[in-house]
Amino acid sequence: MIAAGTITVYVPRDSAALAAGADRVARNIAQEAAARGLAVTLVRNGSRGLFWLEPLVEVATAQGRVAYGPVAPGDVASLFEAGFLHGQAHPLHRGLTEEIAYLKDQERLTFVRMGITDPLSLADYQAHEGFAGLRRALALAPAAIVQEVLDAGLRGRGGAAFPAAVKWKTVQGTPAAQKYIVCNADEGDSGTYSDRMTMEGDPFMLIEGMTIAGIATGATQGYVYVRSEYPHAIATLNQAIARAEAAGFLGPDILGSGQRFSLEVRKAAGSYVCGEETALLESLQGKRGIVRAKPPVPAIEGLFGRPTVVNNVITLATVPLILARGADFYKDFGLGRSRGTLPFQLAGNILHGGLVEKAFGLTLRELLYDFGGGSASGRPIKAVQVGGPLGAYLPESQWDIPLDYEAYAAVGAVVGHGGIVVHDDTADLSKLARYAMEFCALESCGKCTPCRIGSTRGVEVIDRISANQNRPQQVTLLRDLCDTMLNGSLCAMGGMTPYPVLSALNHYPQDFGLTAPDREAA
Amino acid sequence: MNTAIETARAIAAAHKNTPGGLLPALHGIQDALGHVPADAVPAIAGEFNLSRAEVHGVITYYHHFRATPAARHVIHICRAEACQAMGADVLVAHARQRLGCELHGHSKDGEFTLEPAYCLGLCASSPAMLLGDELHARVTPQTFDALVAQARSAA
Repeated sequence: MIAAGTITVYVPRDSAALAAGADRVARNIAQEAAARGLAVTLVRNGSRGLFWLEPLVEVATAQGRVAYGPVAPGDVASLFEAGFLHGQAHPLHRGLTEEIAYLKDQERLTFVRMGITDPLSLADYQAHEGFAGLRRALALAPAAIVQEVLDAGLRGRGGAAFPAAVKWKTVQGTPAAQKYIVCNADEGDSGTYSDRMTMEGDPFMLIEGMTIAGIATGATQGYVYVRSEYPHAIATLNQAIARAEAAGFLGPDILGSGQRFSLEVRKAAGSYVCGEETALLESLQGKRGIVRAKPPVPAIEGLFGRPTVVNNVITLATVPLILARGADFYKDFGLGRSRGTLPFQLAGNILHGGLVEKAFGLTLRELLYDFGGGSASGRPIKAVQVGGPLGAYLPESQWDIPLDYEAYAAVGAVVGHGGIVVHDDTADLSKLARYAMEFCALESCGKCTPCRIGSTRGVEVIDRISANQNRPQQVTLLRDLCDTMLNGSLCAMGGMTPYPVLSALNHYPQDFGLTAPDREAA
Repeated sequence: MNTAIETARAIAAAHKNTPGGLLPALHGIQDALGHVPADAVPAIAGEFNLSRAEVHGVITYYHHFRATPAARHVIHICRAEACQAMGADVLVAHARQRLGCELHGHSKDGEFTLEPAYCLGLCASSPAMLLGDELHARVTPQTFDALVAQARSAA
C-alpha cells in the first residue's frame, strides 16, 4: 500500500536501466526527497522497453504517469527544482507515458503490465488481471485448457514457431508417473531481450503460464532454465517464486484446488546450443549440452526420460492472457497462420531501440522507421538481421514483406524470437558472414559433422574469398558447404547458420569482392 | 588437507541427490572458489558416482566454468551482432590494447581478466559490458578507461 500524501516515483529495475545508472538515480531521488522533507514512495518497476530513454523515471500524477528520461544521476536535483513531482516541465519531460507514440502505437498483450507494475508485488499483479487465467484454468478440464491454447493459434515464440498446444496435448496424452514443464529461458540470440524483460519485469506472468501448463498436462514439476548471463532475471524469478509459493499460487494445493505444481530456477552455464530444447534437457540433467536426435520427441521422452513440455518464456507468458480473455480475443490479432502478437525487439544501430509488441503483419520498414527512427549513427541502414544469429540479413528490397512466419520463410528468412539487429552502411557483410560461421564453430555441440566441421571450414573459405584466393571456386565451395550444413545438421545451430551467410552473399556480393554478374553466375 | 578440495566435495555432496545436480554443484563451487579446480574433479566425481572424465567433460563443455582463477576484476565485453553494430570490435581491440592481453587473458598488472560475452541482453543499448557483476551500456573506449581506472582504485 502506498501511504496517503506521498508521491509515487517509478525508477525501473530492468537490467538495461541498471546498466544506464538507474540505481544511482533511485538513490539520488531518495536522498534529494529526504533532504527537502518530501514524502516520496519509490517503486522499482520493470522497463517500459523504451531503452533510449532509460533510466525512464515516472511520477504518478492526477492526470496519469508522467515520464522523464533519460535521467542521469546528475539530473535529479534539477528535476526536483523544476517540480517533476507534480509533472512540471523540464528538458527531460516526455509527457504522459501512455501518450508517448512509441508506446501508444503498440498492441501490448503479453507485455500489458510491463513497466507499469512492481514486478514482485502480488497485489499489483492481481490488480492488473494477474492470475485471472489460472483461476479460469482451475475451473476447466485439462483438455479444455489445451483446446483454448490450440484455438488461440499460439505458436512457439522461441523461434521454431511450433504450435504450443500440440506439445501440450502429447504430454497430456502420455501416461507417466512424473511429467515436467520446462521453460526455455536460455535467450542467447543477439538482439533479443524480451525473455529477460519478462523475468525481470513481470515474473508472475511466467509463473502463472507454467502453472497453467502443468495443470493442463498433469505435470507437477517445472524448471526455468535461465542463462547465466542474466543474474538479475534469476534473482527476480527466485523471489517471485518464493512469494507465489507463500501465497498459495504454487505448491501442493494451488488456490485450494488440490492441484500441485512446484517450480525451480536452474542456472545455465554459457552454452548457446542449450537453447535447443534437447540440448537444454541434457544440461538440466547435469550433462554436457549435446543435442539429442529426435524422435523420441521431448513430449514423450523428455527430461529424465519423462514426458516434458519445453516452451519459450514468451510462449508460456502469453498463456495466462489467452485463458483470461479467451482464444478468440487472442487470435483476432495477426494474419494467416501467425496469430496474436510478437514482442519485436529493436536492437543494434537503431535510434529508438526497444520493445515493440505488435500483431504479426506489420513490416520491417514500419519497425525501423516509424518506431525505430532510423539508424543511431544517422547513416543509411544497410542490412537488418531478423531472428537472431541464425537469421537472415534482409536488404531494403525485403523490408516491406509482412512479418509473418510463412511470408518470411518464403524468402529464406526467419521471424524467430523477434530480434531485429540493425546495421548501417559501414557494416561489412562478409565480416558478419564470417562471424556467423565463427560463432557456430565456437558454440557447436560437436555431435554432428556438418555443424562441427562445416563451421570451421566455413570460416576458412570466407577468409579465402576475402583474400581473393580462387574467389569464384571458393564461392561455389561456400554454397556447397552451406547446402550440406542446411540439410545435414542435427539441429538449427548448424542447420541455420547458412541463413545469415547465404543472405549476406546473395544480397551483398560486393562485400565479398564479387561484382553483380558474379552473383548471377554463382 | 586441501581446503579447496574439501569445499568442493562438501558442495557436491549437498547437491548429489538433486535431480540433475551436477550443474548446480559446479555453480556452487565456482561461486565459492572463483573457479572449479582440476584437482577437485575426483572428489566431485566421487560424490556424484560419475567418472572423472564425465565431470571433466561437463566442466570444459560450458564457457561459464573456469579451471583457473580469474583476476580480481573480470570484464566481459559483448561481441555479438547487436554490439558489433555499435562498435564492439573497436571496443574489444581497445580493451586488449589497454589491458595488454588477449581475450581470455589477464591484464599485465594481473588486476583484470578479459572475457568475451555473447549477448548480455542489452542489445538496444549496445555495446554492452559487464565489470564484475555491474552492467554497463553504450560503452565507448573513453568510458571503458574510466571504468577500469575506477575499478583499479577501488579497495
